[in-house]
Formats: sequence, C-alpha cells, structure tokens
Amino acid sequence: MRTDLVILGAAFSYLALLFVVAAWGDKRAEQGRTVIGSPSIYALSIAVYCTAWTFYGSVGRAAEYGPSFLLIYLGPTLAMLTAPFLLRKMVRIAARQRITSIADFISARYGKSSGLGALVALMALITITPYIALQLKAITVSHAVLINYPDSPDARLATEGFWLDKSLWVALVLAVFIILFGTRHLDASERHEGMVAAIALESLVKLVAFMSVGVFVVFGLFAGPQDLFQQVALQPGLTDTLGLNHVPGGTTGWVGMLILAFLAFITLPRQFQVLVVENVDEHHLTRASWLFPLYLLLINLFVVPIALAGLLLGDVAGDPDSFVLTLPLSAGAEGLPLFVFIGGLSAATGMVIVETIALSTMVSNQLIMPLLLRFRFLHASQPGQLAGWLLGIRRAAIVLLLLLGYLYHALMGDAYSLVTIGLVSFAGVAQFAPALLIGLYWRGASRLGAILGLLAGFGVWGYTLLLPGFAQSGWWDMALVEQGPWGIEWLKPYALFGLQEWDIYTHALLWSMLANVGLLVGVSLFNRPTPLEQTQAALFTEAMHPNLQGTTLWRGQTTQGELRDLLARYLGAAATQRVFADIAESREAADQIASHALVTRAEQALAGSLGSASARVLINSVVRGEALDLEGLLSILDTTSQTLEYNRRLEQKSAELARIGEELRSANERLRELDRLKDEFVAMVSHELRTPLTSIRAFAEILRDGDTLPEQKRQHFLGVIVHESQRLSRLIEEILDLARLESGRLTLDPKPLDLAQVAQRSVDAISRLQEKRGIALDSAIDVAPATIIGDPDRLEQVVINLLDNAGKFADADHPRVRLRLYRHKRHYRLSVEDNGKGISEGERERVFEKFHQIQEQGEAPRGRPKGSGLGLPISRGIVAHLGGRLWVEDAPNLGGACLIMELPEAPEQAH
Amino acid sequence: MKPFTQASRRNERLAALTLLMVVLFSPPLLIAVDRLPGWASLTLYLFAAWGSVIGLTAWLMERSAP
Repeated sequence: MRTDLVILGAAFSYLALLFVVAAWGDKRAEQGRTVIGSPSIYALSIAVYCTAWTFYGSVGRAAEYGPSFLLIYLGPTLAMLTAPFLLRKMVRIAARQRITSIADFISARYGKSSGLGALVALMALITITPYIALQLKAITVSHAVLINYPDSPDARLATEGFWLDKSLWVALVLAVFIILFGTRHLDASERHEGMVAAIALESLVKLVAFMSVGVFVVFGLFAGPQDLFQQVALQPGLTDTLGLNHVPGGTTGWVGMLILAFLAFITLPRQFQVLVVENVDEHHLTRASWLFPLYLLLINLFVVPIALAGLLLGDVAGDPDSFVLTLPLSAGAEGLPLFVFIGGLSAATGMVIVETIALSTMVSNQLIMPLLLRFRFLHASQPGQLAGWLLGIRRAAIVLLLLLGYLYHALMGDAYSLVTIGLVSFAGVAQFAPALLIGLYWRGASRLGAILGLLAGFGVWGYTLLLPGFAQSGWWDMALVEQGPWGIEWLKPYALFGLQEWDIYTHALLWSMLANVGLLVGVSLFNRPTPLEQTQAALFTEAMHPNLQGTTLWRGQTTQGELRDLLARYLGAAATQRVFADIAESREAADQIASHALVTRAEQALAGSLGSASARVLINSVVRGEALDLEGLLSILDTTSQTLEYNRRLEQKSAELARIGEELRSANERLRELDRLKDEFVAMVSHELRTPLTSIRAFAEILRDGDTLPEQKRQHFLGVIVHESQRLSRLIEEILDLARLESGRLTLDPKPLDLAQVAQRSVDAISRLQEKRGIALDSAIDVAPATIIGDPDRLEQVVINLLDNAGKFADADHPRVRLRLYRHKRHYRLSVEDNGKGISEGERERVFEKFHQIQEQGEAPRGRPKGSGLGLPISRGIVAHLGGRLWVEDAPNLGGACLIMELPEAPEQAH
Repeated sequence: MKPFTQASRRNERLAALTLLMVVLFSPPLLIAVDRLPGWASLTLYLFAAWGSVIGLTAWLMERSAP
C-alpha cells in the first residue's frame, strides 16, 4: 500500500482535484453564480491559517511545551471577536480603495507612498519565504516518514538527489495552479473565486484528516479518552507535560505568544488576502467571527490526546512532529496514513497558494511597477502592452517565489523544527501591526514615522530572532548567541539589555515593538504630513463614517479622451470598456471634461491592478488640479456629522412630541370621563333631591287638603315627611362635605382617641338599623385601646358609612357583615367585610370615585341606586386627612368585599 | 440621550465578550486553575473556556444577524 507510486498517485490526484474545483469555481463566477458567496465558505477560506505547521507541528509543540500550542489559535479567536470593529473597517477601506495586499494597504494609508509599499513588500518577502519553505519541508518530511517507517526518515533524505524530492515537483505543480487561477485577472483586487473555492475544500480536507487521526488514536489505539488518560496518569513524567510550567517563558511567555498570534493573524499576507482582499461581503464577518474559531477548536481537539499517546508509545512513534503519521503507521493502518498525508499536503499547499498569490501581487505592484513607471518610454508603448507585462511579472514572481522557498528548504536542513520557523515569521510580520492598526485609528500617524518604525522593528526582529537562527543553523558563529557580539554581554541577541529568562519570541516581540511603536508615534508627533497623507489618513480613520460612501474625491480636471487613453495603455481595452461602460465613445466625448466620478472610477481601476501608489502617479499625469484635499474631505465629514447631529436632535424632538401627544390624549380622555361623571352626578343629585322633595310635597299637600284624615294616618304622613327631610339634609350635608374635602376646607379636630371605642359606638349606632334589615352584624375588636390621632365624629361617620355600605351590598337572602379591629405593625386596621358579590379587580379603585355606582354585569339597574355614591369618596378623603389609607380587598372570611381602613398608631407622648 | 439601538447593544456585548476572553486566558486565572488537583485540569479548562467563548459569540452574532 505504501509504495511510492500509490503515494505519488494519491498526492497528484489530489492536486488535480484542486484544479478541477478551482476551474469549476471560476466558471461559475463567470456565469455570475458565485460559489464563494457564503459566510461558511469565507470562514473555511480563513482557515488557510492552519498550515502544515498546525497539522504536524501542533502535536510536536504540545508534546514539548504543553498547552502553549493553543496560543497560536487563541490569538486569532480574539482577533475574530473584534472582527465587527476592526476587520470590518479594513474590509470596507480595502473595497473602497481597491486595495490589493497588505503592502498596498499600508502604502495607501500613508499617502499612497510607493517607498513604504516597497518596504513592506520586501519585508514580507524576507519573512514569508522561510515560511513557504517550511511547508515544502513538511511535504518532504511527511512523505519520507510515510515511505521509510519504521526507519527514521533522515536516512533517506540525506542521500536523495534534489530532483527526487517530491516537494520540488509539488512546488512546480502549485506554480502552475497559482498561475492559472491566481493571475486570471490583472485586477488583483478582484476575487479569485476558483482559488478561494479550492482553499475552502483544502480546509475541509485537513480538518477531516486530522480529526480522523484523533479518533483513530483515541478509540483505535486506546479504548476511548478515559483509557488514554488513565494510562497517562500512571506515568508521572507525562502528567507533568500539560502544566503551565512547561510553557516557554512562563506567564510572560503566555501573554507574549497570545499577543504575537493576535497580531500575526491580522498581518500575515495570506490572512490579509483571504480576510480582506477576497472578502465578498462584509457581513460574512459576522458568521466567520465564531465559525472560524470553532474550526480552530475542532482541529485542536485531538492535539493533546495524540501528543500524549505518542509520548506513551515512546520510540515506536519517533519525532513528535510526525506523531500524526507514525501513530496510525505503528498500528499497521493502511489507508489512514495516506489520508493523513493528503491532509498535511492540503494544509501545506493551501498556505503556499494563498501566500504566493499575495506575495507575487506585492512584488509586481509594490516593487516592480514603481520602477517601471520611472522609465519614460513605457508611457508611449502600445496600448495594453503593459497589462501583459504586469501579468508576466506576476507569473515570473510566482515561479521565483516557489523556487526560492524550495531553495531555502533545501539549504536550511534541519536546523529548526516546524514551529520555530513559523514563530519567527509571525514575529516578523507582526512588525506591520503598529503601522496598520495605529494608522486605522490615529489620524496623526505619519509616513515617516511608519517607515522608521517598520525599519527599526524589523531590524530588532532580525537581530533577536533571525540572526541567532542563522547561527544555530551553522551559517553564523554561535559565539554571537552565547557571548554577544564582540563579547558584549548585554547585546546577546536572546537576552538583549540583560533581559533573560524570557522566551525568545516574547523577548523579540517586546524589543521590536518598543522600537517600532516608539518611533512611529514619536516621529509622527513631530512630523508634518503632506496634504495627500492627511487626506488618506482621514479616509482611513473615518472609514466607518456613514456618509463617506460614494463620495467622489477628485476635484481636478481632465478630458474623457485622455483618461480613456491612459486606461487603455495600462489596463487594456476590456478593462477600459468596463470603466467607461455607460459613456459612449465618440470624437466629441473625447474632448468633454471627465466627471469626478469617472476620474475616481479610473483611479480605482488602476489601483486594483497596479497598486494605489502607481495609480496615483498615473492619474496625476493626466489630471490637472489636485484631488480633494484634507480641508475638502473634512468639510464633507463635518457637514455630514452636523447633519447627523441635526437629525439626531430632530428625532429626539419628535419622540418628545409624540410622548406629549400621548399624554394629552390620555388627559383628554380622562377629562371626558370626568365630564361624563359630572353630568351623571348632576342628574343623580337632581334625582336624589327630587325624590324626597316629591314625597314631602305630596304628603304635605294631602295634609293641607285632607282635613278629614284620621289622626293615625296624619301622624304617619308627618313621619314620612320628617324622614324624607332628614334624608334630604343628609344628602346635602354629604355634598357639602365633599365640596369642603375637595377644596381643602374640611376642618377636622384631631386628638388622641381610642379607635376601639369609636368602632364600638358605630356598631351600637347602626346595629338597630341592621337588625331591622335582618343583617347579621358581628364585631371582633382584637385590640383595646387602639390609640390613634383622629377626629372622633368624622371617624364614626366613616365607620358607620362602611358598615352601612356593607349592609347594602351583602347577600340579599342571608346578609352578613363583620367588623374587625386589629393591629398591623405600627398601624391599626379596621376592616368591614360582607358576604355579597365582592368587587372585581378593575372596579376596586373606581368605587372611590365620586358618584360611582357599582354596575353589576348583566343586571338591570335596580330601581333606586343603593346610595348616593358619595360615602366612600368622603370616607377616603377623611381617612387620608388623618394620615391613613382606605382600600378594598377580597373578604378573608365572608367571601364578599372587604374595605380596610388603616390609621397610624398615636405617638407615645400623645397617650 | 442617545437613542437605544440593537446594534449598539450588540457592540457593547461583543466588547464585553472580548474582555471576558482576555480575562479567561490571563495568567492569574491560569495559575489558579493549574494548581487545581488533576493533571489535565489546565487543558480541560482551556478547551472549556474556549468553547464557551465561541458559543457565546455564536449566540450573540446569530441572534442579531442582519
């Protein structure tokens, strides 16, 4: 099964599959049915972050340094958490300015500086080439492990000629792939749809491959995680591996590595390519912000079990970096190791593809193109010729980059393990972070500051990481590392200024970042930026400003003809046609002034192909007058922000108005209700007054006219007249009381008194009447004396009113009323309950409204109302005057309504 | 007073979540966890914390997805 033929067959078939997928993706894109327009594909393409280094090296790192391998993935998780703030801004800027790479981005931010772009491109080239070499090395080593197992892979590698090295051939196939699918368009800011589709597939393959090994090891070699962990627990040396003390540099190293991974994730050229340049829709970031971290979690889930299993098995497993291959091999599995090899291959090729595209774009747009533009003769060359050149440059760069990577791999030997090179590269690209991140948020960051910061940071990185690395590879004298240059102790690269005991990456990160950020900020504070720098700085820092979209930034003038010629010369006819899509070509049109929008569109098209710095130079050669300067831009921002502020105030005002309107409406409703109640009251009072008046008058007339009436009848009639007069005066008294209460003229005579006595008196007063009506009245006075401050007459009036009311609303057949006086905290409560129908929840407050008569549902008005509807409002008014409360509850004993009067206990000295 | 919007609330929560993650993976907590009995406690904690952060992000992002 493990013959060279089978393995090579599988490997190259897999690469062929990538071609097919990429071709399919590109074809679909041409038909307008994109396959990469989904956030999940986007998240998978970001997973190009997981290279062969993850695939093989994570296990190696876990075996050696415990949990520190996770930091490489926690950093990106943190970065993705901030995606809606940070990455979204970058994506938006890149889309608007047609940014093609991280070098282009930084150059555009600092005034479209071609020098800065070239610097970043060069630095990326130096940092990333070893990283590409690392991927090729991984392919070679994994292939050798697969073939040679159980022998060591080294035996064979040493004797092999370079033409037999499989990674050379893989590199060449990749070069073809990248040229085919990575340089289809001149416009590098356009999406490479086929390439992204292939990368997404690769991400899936490596995830499935790695998880298959994990499952195989945990459930095949061992009987589940429990078994594995139990066996590990028996080995005291092993259990120690996972502790914090194995993290290089301890807690400082932990924090340093986390920051390093966070920064590198954003600044690695390939990550910038997939995250920013290849982003189709900035909303995809929302899903990717958790889906990608989930991917990282899954691919790391089995790292620890595999590392532990490999360490348990000892010699059989060999080098920790190869555990993923050797463990299934040692168990005699046939198909799985091959699949794992393909997984590792996909991890390596995915990285190489994207990184090479990103680097070749940088090389052509930031390094070569500015040089070409200096030669005047090019400006007069054939239309479209330069476009061909540029693609040619990119293709040559791709081949060169891969060969360079291969050479590095072939030369460097085994000086470094996988992780080491990766981390050195991480620290290198992290140097872009200050210029990038500070530039995104601080308008004052200037070009000079950025250049000096980058140079200094990069220099420190080279001294503290790259040079000692060379020394360890034997390319430099080890004395440099051990004794410092010329024997100067405090200049030792791994312990600069005597800073020892830090791990080398955190150490390098600290010093390089100090130099980098220090110079960037320090120089910017004393440096006067050019107008273009200021404009670009404002465009970048204010990128999320809502009204910046669609703003035309050109104010200069040129003719359409000149613009058309320029585009045709550099981009070719097809691209020119796209820019001039809605403008007819004619002789008159050629002399017309090009609109600002057209100039902007032309510059963007040039920027997408040649980089923003070159596009700027070219547009300047035909446009007379300047682009929008800082003042113009700031006035746009200002007017929009004023408008926004104004809108916000308007919104506030209208919300306020709406609220006031609502209040007015409800007040109006309330007034109408009161008006209706008043009408009802007047009608009722009239009625109430007329009824007794009518009978008084009738009986008085009878008495006047009927001289012959018997004495007994006369007496009866007189009795009726007296009774009705009393009722009349009581009613009038009530109305007067109410009027006094409402106007606040009610005079009370508060003094200490015993509420129990008042209650007893009231019960005595009303019991005769109640007996006559057949009402069973019982009273329970729990506390005596119950001293309160109050007006005895008024209180008696209230209690009688409550008792009288209760009697009226009690059950018609067996009416019962119960009075109770008890203590509640520092108050006395007097409750009167009946066994009537009770009062519904909604009616409870309304019974205290004036003239309110309880309308019983479904019951016809029963002739005369039971009361004037004034008793309860008056009672409540009196009780409130005395500092108490009066309310309705469900009757606890009798099941009807229960009215409770609560009055505060009199203070001590009042007794 | 700024009008309350769903987007601003989401951003506040996201910022809080980022801080939470920084805290969860900061040395003081890790040292405490590392001293717990059980040799795999740190690894288990790391994965559990990581998973929780991802879960919370997913919840936050998907419920207010545009």
